[in-house]
Amino acid sequence: MKKDLLGIDDLSKDDIYRLLETAEAMREIGERPIKKVPTLRGKTVVNLFYEPSTRTRTSFEIAEKRLSADTLNIAVQSSSVLKGETLADTAMNIEAMSPDMIVLRHASSGACHLLSRICRSRIINAGDGMHEHPTQALLDAFTIRQHKKTIEGLKVVIIGDLLHSRVLRSNVLLLTKLGADVWVSGPPTLVPRGIEQLGVRVTTSVEDAVADADVIMMLRIQQERMQGAYFPSLREYFNLFGMTVERIARAKPDVIIMHPGPMNRGVEIASEVADGPYSVILEQVANGVAVRMAVLYLLAGGVEDEAAA
Amino acid sequence: MPVVMDGDRMGRTLTRIAHEILERNRGIEELALVGIRRRGVPLAKRIATIIKDINHHEVPTGALDITLYRDDLMRHAVGHQPVVGRTDIPFSIDDRRILLVDDVLYTGRTIRAALDALIEFGRPKSIQLVVLVDRGHRELPIKADYVGKNLPTSLSQSVQVHLTETDGRDEVEIQE
Amino acid sequence: MKRLLKGGRVVDPANGRDGAFDILIENDRIAEVGRDLPVAGVTVVNIPPGLVVCPGLIDMHVHLREPGQEHKETVATGTAAAVAGGFTAVACMPNTSPVNDNAGVTEYILKKAAEANLARVYPIGAVSRGQKGEELADIAELREAGCVAVTDDGRPVATALLMRRALEYTQMFGIPVIEHCEEQTLKADGVAHEGFHASRLGLRGIPGEAESIMALRDISLAELTGGSVHIAHMSARQTLDAVRYGKSRAALVTCEVTPHHFILTDERLEGPIPYDTNAKMNPPLRERADRDAMLQGIADGSVDVIATDHAPHHYDEKHVEFDHAPFGITGLETAVSLCFDRLVHAGVITLARLIELLSVNPARILGVSGGALTDGAPADISILAPDLAVTVSAKTMRSKSKNTPFEGWQLRGGVAATIVGGRTVYANPEFQDLRI
Repeated sequence: MKKDLLGIDDLSKDDIYRLLETAEAMREIGERPIKKVPTLRGKTVVNLFYEPSTRTRTSFEIAEKRLSADTLNIAVQSSSVLKGETLADTAMNIEAMSPDMIVLRHASSGACHLLSRICRSRIINAGDGMHEHPTQALLDAFTIRQHKKTIEGLKVVIIGDLLHSRVLRSNVLLLTKLGADVWVSGPPTLVPRGIEQLGVRVTTSVEDAVADADVIMMLRIQQERMQGAYFPSLREYFNLFGMTVERIARAKPDVIIMHPGPMNRGVEIASEVADGPYSVILEQVANGVAVRMAVLYLLAGGVEDEAAA
Repeated sequence: MPVVMDGDRMGRTLTRIAHEILERNRGIEELALVGIRRRGVPLAKRIATIIKDINHHEVPTGALDITLYRDDLMRHAVGHQPVVGRTDIPFSIDDRRILLVDDVLYTGRTIRAALDALIEFGRPKSIQLVVLVDRGHRELPIKADYVGKNLPTSLSQSVQVHLTETDGRDEVEIQE
Repeated sequence: MKRLLKGGRVVDPANGRDGAFDILIENDRIAEVGRDLPVAGVTVVNIPPGLVVCPGLIDMHVHLREPGQEHKETVATGTAAAVAGGFTAVACMPNTSPVNDNAGVTEYILKKAAEANLARVYPIGAVSRGQKGEELADIAELREAGCVAVTDDGRPVATALLMRRALEYTQMFGIPVIEHCEEQTLKADGVAHEGFHASRLGLRGIPGEAESIMALRDISLAELTGGSVHIAHMSARQTLDAVRYGKSRAALVTCEVTPHHFILTDERLEGPIPYDTNAKMNPPLRERADRDAMLQGIADGSVDVIATDHAPHHYDEKHVEFDHAPFGITGLETAVSLCFDRLVHAGVITLARLIELLSVNPARILGVSGGALTDGAPADISILAPDLAVTVSAKTMRSKSKNTPFEGWQLRGGVAATIVGGRTVYANPEFQDLRI
């Protein structure tokens, strides 16, 4: 396993299985009265978030604290960025304080790669632009395995704003690596060029997509990322691609509905579905902590010259 | 590779240990067995079975993974951290007399980690240590309460315990 | 002062020469080119075997950044880089600060060039005032001050109407409109070529059609008006098709390709350095089919010029997230080696064709002297070393900026010496005898 987790691309199939199995063990810690183990005691983890995020940041923070690490949250909306400090300078300043790991979320694809070239600390990608969100894909895979035992051969459908979604890219990479039959669906304006080369089936018919699906994953419509003319209105989007009770009926009877959150109710997913019996959305959140604990644990090991290598 | 304990001998040893446990612990209802992964777990289960055969009482049994409490964790290569197994203690340990079970007692560091882990689960009345083999060379002040066999070894040797549940056969051997 | 460059292989396609010739230089002019010229009363410089002597190379697309952005490059450092790269002349783009849309800036640039006294500098003026795309700049004034063409490079000429006017108006002076072809709404906030790799890396894409649509507009307007348009830094196969179409209809259209566009592809963004900002330029590195089309165009004559679009940027500016980095890479000091290695030695074109692309055609399109070793012409001569082993190393470059994607590349072919107006303005340390 590499020093950093910049994307699912960095992980082999074995690495992924090892992560998921470790997450299984980590989950149990959350069920104890004292939800702490001393494993990362004395290690410093910096959560450097350039984009607002409650869910992912608190998930990482809880994971770090459960492993007894010292955590430092830096939310860079204000202060240094407005003063014009570059990512490189911010990183070097943080690095000067010798953190063991930096968890970075940033609006630019490739920001984590830049950071990993600058810093000796281990870098964990908590979402970089439109590129990857590896811990999300890992917790999605973990959640699927809780319900389906194995990912190989499952029909997994991902629906929504494919173009701007890092969750899509990470999930496609991971699920195809583990042998799932991955379908993606969305309006043609939001399909990334060449995506079928990643081994997925592309369709603009959501009915075809969900037929006999084992897993349906809805993506958020990224209103803050879109600058124009991808589809006429949210209403029309919901009519064509929204996940409704009627559409779910076409999937397998034991289908699970997933969403990385936060949800736009009535846009990509109907409330009845989000709150319905097939939804595992809240489990995803709970599993996020265990999965992130596993990532932190597996990345934390290693003596100094490993990191320099 | 000299075999110092065969399956037959192992069975009788475990039986003797079970009897010792019953002899020394008045209140059997307070007892609970916690095996240390990996091989302490099947050993704990076997002891529980023997106790059940003797006086028809089911001693609650759990499994403890101590990987995250080891003191040598951050010395492995990235990603080659020791595999973490699942801890499963489906009962409260408060006010119980816990019998920690492991296959080999050596430096004592594993037991130290197990004690740290166990304390997070509650406050037992007491903790006693059951080991199949004590091979000496303690690095911490840890002592076993019940020992299957004392096995003086040199540092260059290693003691391998094989159990049917994990390795397909019951046997303890010494390797150089 | 008479000097004789003796016995080199002279490749001068404009005069139909390729072979061993002597060149007699008198003061700053070429006096005579012939075989076995008399050596009496003349300083003889024996050209070492294996070298090639050709008309001075001209890079018609260079950003010298002065005035206004001297932290990236100056006329002095830029022309030093040019001559080290074998170029005796460069044409510099007007997107400086202030924009070169008036005689004052043009004269400033020429003054700086004269002070540096290295490569000749031919300023290119703006098409529109401030390059804002609203009104024409004072093109006659620019021409008078010394500009050889006009462009709004950095952007396309904003509207079809303004481009039409520019193409009509420039005919009075016989100068081309150089166009950065880009349909801006299609380009939007794209940073990489729209294709599989951009999708994978999560980068907003710029389709090839953003370039070709504008090229078609400009070529149609050239046909309508009879004006000359030169398509700058062509990168997309669709644009090449448009150029061929225009040429077939006798429109006055010429085009140039940069070395990075006929060598690299968008795969370069994935490695060896993922998200390398030294692989970010506009137009972007495109897919293999486009790169191969550029090579094909170079080989079959559809492409007229190789120019570098030398775009220096300070390290700090490039050491940021990919999205935020400015577009552009340097090119002056890598062009010749890349052309030798990837075109001539690779068998794509002959040496004579390379000289057409780097000297003959740029001189003709810009209407400047050069491109041929003709008696009486200024002695602008490039002496090239086709078999020199070169390792690209940014820190040894004379350009102020080091933003090149070719760092560490081992290439076969380089520059031995550069002579401008009869004076050696650059000699490779391995060929010090060529200092005349």
